[in-house]
Amino acid sequence: MGRFHRHADGTVHEHEQEHPDEHGNHSGYQTGTERIEILERIFGENDRTAAVNRDAFRAANVRAVNLMSSPGAGKTTLLEATLRRLADTVRIGVIEGDIETSLDADRLGGFGAQISLVNTGNGFGGECHLDAPMVRSALPRLRLDELDLVLIENVGNLVCPAEFDVGEHARAMVYAITEGEDKPLKYPLMFRSVDLVLINKIDLLPHLDADLALFRANLRAVNPAAATLEISARTGVGVDAWCDWLRAQVQTTRPPAAHH
Amino acid sequence: MHELSICGSIAEIVRRRAADRPVATIHLRIGRLRQVVPDTLVYCWELVSADTELDGAALEVEDVPARIVCQDCDATTLVGDLPLFMCHACNGVNVSVVSGEEFLITALDLAEA
Repeated sequence: MGRFHRHADGTVHEHEQEHPDEHGNHSGYQTGTERIEILERIFGENDRTAAVNRDAFRAANVRAVNLMSSPGAGKTTLLEATLRRLADTVRIGVIEGDIETSLDADRLGGFGAQISLVNTGNGFGGECHLDAPMVRSALPRLRLDELDLVLIENVGNLVCPAEFDVGEHARAMVYAITEGEDKPLKYPLMFRSVDLVLINKIDLLPHLDADLALFRANLRAVNPAAATLEISARTGVGVDAWCDWLRAQVQTTRPPAAHH
Repeated sequence: MHELSICGSIAEIVRRRAADRPVATIHLRIGRLRQVVPDTLVYCWELVSADTELDGAALEVEDVPARIVCQDCDATTLVGDLPLFMCHACNGVNVSVVSGEEFLITALDLAEA
């Protein structure tokens, strides 16, 4: 048993074959206990809410980008540099979930972006990621109809945010060259989940032993499709190319999309 | 520590499915590509279930190895401890994951009421 599961609710799942290992054999449980077959995705509720978020973005013709990184990789500095360059030409909203950030609404307000802070404080020192319901709760504080792009600054963490679809259309991550070349192999879920890796703090390259070729080889091993850009959020190197990437994201929502 | 919020989701699903019947064991199927730490999951489950109707219900995890299939040569490769997504037969990287991303509650064993 354990290979083909039947469930009464009619739900169809694709994960049912291919379990040659012996786990899940509980044929000894015949002493009156009852088993309920379920096969329900643990992220089901999150993913349903993510779909609702995505529909809300689509209805307003807004592109949403989920920006992730480890703590201190430079997301917030990059966000400021991005707003400075883009806020005049692209109408940007920011959903701010980074619990450690020093960024506040006043500081970003100067760039003309709409800011929505997410309260990730949920006991145990705050959440380690944004999930779809948290982003959902942030949406009423944004006037989506007046926006082209929503940047979701996730919580600094290379593990948890990768697991949670929040309703974004694209994922980008900031990797700082100070973090070590082996990060893609240690955090494959994160590096596999992103469309773009921003290789940040490139201005520090002369001072480090960082081996970018090795980093790229490791990245390619887990995610051959990921695009990369070398940037320095501090000096501004490469930030224009990142802004071009964001503009291209926004453009994909411009052609007459099918509305319903 | 997203195991904590994961346990919250598990508890919600189990409560709905068990419908007030006592639960002895909750069977999970978790692929290797999920960054879930089993010990942490069990620890968080104890926190989340403590003093609720699910207190004492055990988690049992079925671990699913990661496999990829090559789009170029159709060979199947078992992904080892190093997460290299490359075909062992032809070294191609045009591969798709066929198992290892599972994250399911598969079954509940009810306790004797």
